[in-house]
Amino acid sequence: MTTPNDDSGFPISHDTSRDRVVPPTGFTAGLTTFTSAAMAFLVVFALALSLAANRLSDRWSAALAGGATLRISAPAEQMGSQLAQAIKVLKTTPGIAEARVITPDEQQALLEPWFGPDLPVDALPIPRLIDIREDSRGYDAQGLRLRLAAEVPGAVLDDHSRWQRPLVKAAQRVWALGLFAIVLMAATSAAMITLATRAAMAANAQVVAVLRLIGARDSYIAAAFVRRFTLRAFLGAAIGTAAGALAVYLLPSKNDQAMILSGLGFQQLQWMWLLALPPIIAGVAFFATRQATRRELRRLR
Amino acid sequence: MLKERGLIDLENVAYTYSGGELLSEMTLSIASGAFYFLTGPSGSGKTTFLKMCYGALVPTTGTIAIFGQDPRKMTRDDIALTRRRIGVVHQDCQFLDHLNVVDNIALPLAAAGQDTLADGANLKELLNWVGLGHRADALPPELSGGERQRAALARAVIMSPDIILADEPTGNVDWEMSQRLLQLLVELNRMGKTVVIASHDLSLIRAAKTEVQARVLRIYNKRVQLAGANL
Repeated sequence: MTTPNDDSGFPISHDTSRDRVVPPTGFTAGLTTFTSAAMAFLVVFALALSLAANRLSDRWSAALAGGATLRISAPAEQMGSQLAQAIKVLKTTPGIAEARVITPDEQQALLEPWFGPDLPVDALPIPRLIDIREDSRGYDAQGLRLRLAAEVPGAVLDDHSRWQRPLVKAAQRVWALGLFAIVLMAATSAAMITLATRAAMAANAQVVAVLRLIGARDSYIAAAFVRRFTLRAFLGAAIGTAAGALAVYLLPSKNDQAMILSGLGFQQLQWMWLLALPPIIAGVAFFATRQATRRELRRLR
Repeated sequence: MLKERGLIDLENVAYTYSGGELLSEMTLSIASGAFYFLTGPSGSGKTTFLKMCYGALVPTTGTIAIFGQDPRKMTRDDIALTRRRIGVVHQDCQFLDHLNVVDNIALPLAAAGQDTLADGANLKELLNWVGLGHRADALPPELSGGERQRAALARAVIMSPDIILADEPTGNVDWEMSQRLLQLLVELNRMGKTVVIASHDLSLIRAAKTEVQARVLRIYNKRVQLAGANL
């Protein structure tokens, strides 16, 4: 068997000719790599935003689900009796596991971010709060409201659903928008790679003509382009993903003052999602290039 | 399907280009093992005829059968497979300039999924046969006109085709080299290959008549006819 540059002196290449039939240079190489890198970078951020929104949605749902607040507004002399009556009603309501009066100190802590630490809570006619925890069965909020209206006239039940639902819905929409942005970026990548493939095929029209002339099938010719563009897209996506991951990693750490922004990022196993990005973008390039090459080849005999 | 008579059969074929009829009422059969010259003035349709013979063009009217198959009904893969049975040599050779000579010649093997390394010995023999054994690693732009034509001929025959179609193979070479190329084509014909050479060089055709029993086809007034002895 003859080997490259063996004793016969023949510089025959290994069977990589399918990769080598297309000249290695051209602006399409850089364009594909750059596009893939840029898209991967953006996808990392879109993914981080989506996952952060999803976490926020879960957290709000978990935190607010199963809880309610009873607010009692009454003259100071009636406050004690109304609190006691409310607790009595709550304790006899099926589905309520626990009802606890929020202490003045706790109320002061809740108000402190807005009014500062020196607020004289005792001297102000602010409502008192009762924290309610429901059990697994849940309670009948409408029935409880009717009972409270009859027995504790100053009580207002807030089951959190009024503002929980819009928040959760908003977070879910951000999650969906993030996913939509990822799909858009994949489509844009496919479009750019298709353009690059068509440009490469136009630039290599002579190569394609020669290959058809010598009896190469479309699958052989297409593979020469597909393999090259897929590898370039993979390389670009790997670079873009690494850069995006580094940028997300370097975002400010979580703190209470900037909860949403600082929550942007990946947690634990979510970082593994990034490993899937380069193969997925390479897959997009594979299908886009294959479609483009086959469409272009059909124009030739 | 047409009834197969020769390797390539044309029946009442016409080809229209840009509204004008270039070839008309062509009926002929390319017989297996024969040696043909196709002559006619520049622009008479010789290249068009050859392109129809390897399926790059289809007739506007009439029928053509390549190895008994109508190219209009062939799939793209069928056309590719058929071209492996037809060796084509163009005047401009059409190489991949970034691959060296031996890789260009081995390209049909690679495209057919054959192991080019395993065929190394045959490749060497083939290159020596066309006198390019010392130019194996040269790039096509580094070759002279004669070397390019011989390399193109080597590429055309590497798949051991049934028929070789050569379009003005001596158009860019001197008389001595054209005789050498002609000798190679005659040798191929003696090996049993059908050879069709399109050329407007009548002196080449006259010279060939001493070497091989060639049939001379002339395209005249859009039609093909067997030329007489007085070329």
